[in-house]
Amino acid sequence: MIDLNTIWFLLIGVLIIGYAILDGFDLGVGVIQLFTKDERERKVNINAIGPVWDGNEVWLLTGGGALFAAFPVVYATVFSGFYLAFMLLLFFLIFRAVSFEFRKFSETPEAKKRWDIAFALGSFGPALLYGVAIGNVMKGLPIEIVDGKIVSHITFLGLLNPYAILIGLTGFAMFVMQGATYMTMKTDGAHLEKMIKWANGSYIAFVSLYVISTIATIFVASYLFVGIMNNVLFWILFILLLASFIYYPIALKSKQFGRAFLSSSLMIALVIGLLALSLYPRFVPSSIDLANYSLTIYNASSSQYTLKTMLIIALIGMPVVIGYTIYIYRVFRGKVILTKDSY
Amino acid sequence: MDPLLLARLQFALTVGFHFLFPPLTIGLAWMLVIIEAIGWKKKDEIYATIGRFFGKVLGLIFAVGVASGIVMEFQFGTNWAEYSKFVGDVFGAPLAAEGVFAFFLESTFLGLYIFGRDRVSKGVHWFSILMVAVGSTISAFWILVANSWQQTPAGFVIQNNRAELVDFWAAVFNPSTLPRFFHTMGASLISGAFLMTGIAAYWLIRNKSIEVAKKAITFSIVFGLISSLLELFPFGHEHAKQVAHTQPEKFAAIQGLYKTQEGAPLAIFAIPGTEPPKLHFPIEIPGLLSWLAFGDINAEIKGINEFPPDEIPPLWLTFVSYHNMVVLGLYFIFIMALSAYFLKKKKLFEKKGLLKVLMWSTPLPLIASQLGWIAAEVGRQPWVVYKLMKTKDAVSITVGTGELLFSIIMFVLIYILLLSIFLSLLFRWVKKGPEAKITQEVLQ
Repeated sequence: MIDLNTIWFLLIGVLIIGYAILDGFDLGVGVIQLFTKDERERKVNINAIGPVWDGNEVWLLTGGGALFAAFPVVYATVFSGFYLAFMLLLFFLIFRAVSFEFRKFSETPEAKKRWDIAFALGSFGPALLYGVAIGNVMKGLPIEIVDGKIVSHITFLGLLNPYAILIGLTGFAMFVMQGATYMTMKTDGAHLEKMIKWANGSYIAFVSLYVISTIATIFVASYLFVGIMNNVLFWILFILLLASFIYYPIALKSKQFGRAFLSSSLMIALVIGLLALSLYPRFVPSSIDLANYSLTIYNASSSQYTLKTMLIIALIGMPVVIGYTIYIYRVFRGKVILTKDSY
Repeated sequence: MDPLLLARLQFALTVGFHFLFPPLTIGLAWMLVIIEAIGWKKKDEIYATIGRFFGKVLGLIFAVGVASGIVMEFQFGTNWAEYSKFVGDVFGAPLAAEGVFAFFLESTFLGLYIFGRDRVSKGVHWFSILMVAVGSTISAFWILVANSWQQTPAGFVIQNNRAELVDFWAAVFNPSTLPRFFHTMGASLISGAFLMTGIAAYWLIRNKSIEVAKKAITFSIVFGLISSLLELFPFGHEHAKQVAHTQPEKFAAIQGLYKTQEGAPLAIFAIPGTEPPKLHFPIEIPGLLSWLAFGDINAEIKGINEFPPDEIPPLWLTFVSYHNMVVLGLYFIFIMALSAYFLKKKKLFEKKGLLKVLMWSTPLPLIASQLGWIAAEVGRQPWVVYKLMKTKDAVSITVGTGELLFSIIMFVLIYILLLSIFLSLLFRWVKKGPEAKITQEVLQ
């Protein structure tokens, strides 16, 4: 049977996927906001995600907490290693978090526009940085284990390499696609037409960048492909990914926006799932010595007792969370209606 | 500059700023649970108006709380990597539990509470504010579990070069969890009560929205008086007793007891001096400290002289912050009791002087919370986890002075900006009064 370490690797993956799907569309809408000139459209954009974005962001915080609890060595090594990049990320996330309420309480159109820009930039930054971080992990980080202690040689400039930036752009296109697809369910008329254009454009950009990234990965991180071709699970995920790549434009064209959204969400889940499968059982590969210095789900994990306790907490808590999250989405489903409580 | 000092400074700054907001969220949310229930069940339009107005205030406070809280979730990894590796097996679990059991709950239902007023039934809408209150309370519980474990660690063993969890419930209900949880909850309720009292007092002084202001201040003074009394006894008293039993160094430091003695006095006022540690101009009540801590006026209490010099906390800061917190706590009872007396006599609304005092007292519970937190955390030094790991061994070794300076300057600038915008938006909202509507600049 699969062990507790593997279960927690999967659960962290589920939290990351949940975050990427849910807050992913918030980030995408934020990027679109930067290019939206019309005031009313900007208001619709922000109110489309207003009631739900806060809950969406909690997936990130819970993911951080779960990583700390289940794989403290990964949490400590990566976050302290990515120090400046992480501070930059926090800078963006702070401004995004206050922009909704600050916009609502602002009175002049100029002040509201300022907070629209804060929201847009606060989304733009993370949408790009998440991929850059993942790209660096895929490439392998300069860490070694000396006398049982992890020694990290990560530098800020080292994180800004072409491969990581390529992965960053891929993720960026993915979030924009997710945001635009979400907005097709929330808008109508001319605004909807614009969102369909955004969705089409970002879909093409995402698929092209994903193909280019995959080719680049063969050269930069070939270890990710070793052995995986013999894994049945890999082929199942891969075929599902191809299917959602093909189905998405069909759904969009026939104006089945809910299905298009499911399809883009599935793409996100599969892209992350495939990456996790090829990393497994490594968590943070070492670029110095892949076989001996990588942080794996075994040498970086908490004790079996903690993993078991945490699993019970997750099994009790997460079904309830998913239950009321679905309920809230049902309450706010459909096109955006602007009321006196709007942002 | 010393990276350790900078890392501590950054943690104090970011957690101190964050800690201005959750107490207000918790206090205000519980008050709104009652207010919205009265507005809904009794069809009381004035209570409904109070609910609408302060519901918006809650949204604004919550937003800054979330923004500053994001930092806290990751800062253990970025700045305290050695700590995270050494205690992550124990310390990570409550943080994850907070996310699963609390943070999802409060954040998701806050969206429904703020946006759902016209979308869902009144019962569901009331349920949403109840879930915000319950969620923020559970959130406080798990954060205090984590922090209390640093004060009085339990339920673990040292093996594989780290602290490993062996008894989850012993770690969760370690000796200081419950006293500190109730003490912090009391502080939160007081903070919420003073916020509503202060805002309503402002309206009364300005002769604005008199009917709403009268009902709001009547409710918040009763709420504030009850919570201020509970905060002294049993919450504050029980917490102090627990510190006396489980962290004698901290107890001696905050009480200014520098020599072990039987029948130890309670220092009401003094100026602590150093080398050798000594209280100047003390006003003391003989035997009272022994009686409060151990129920016996002759009980012996250990003084600072009992402990190794490298295991005692800074004396001046702990004494001064603790005593000022207590003074503020007594002031809260006094001012709320006085206001309640005039309320009963139906004279409060004419007492403009007292209303002004109430208005200016609005931020004092937050200052008291900061002081209490300083006493608690500085009083734990030099340990990051009491008797287990020293703060100097906990810091990230890979993060240098330059990086820390960058992030500290960034946080200072952001937080000054956020705080000033937050206050200006709040003040303007309060000036507009409870009948105000959010301006709609673009219509359908």
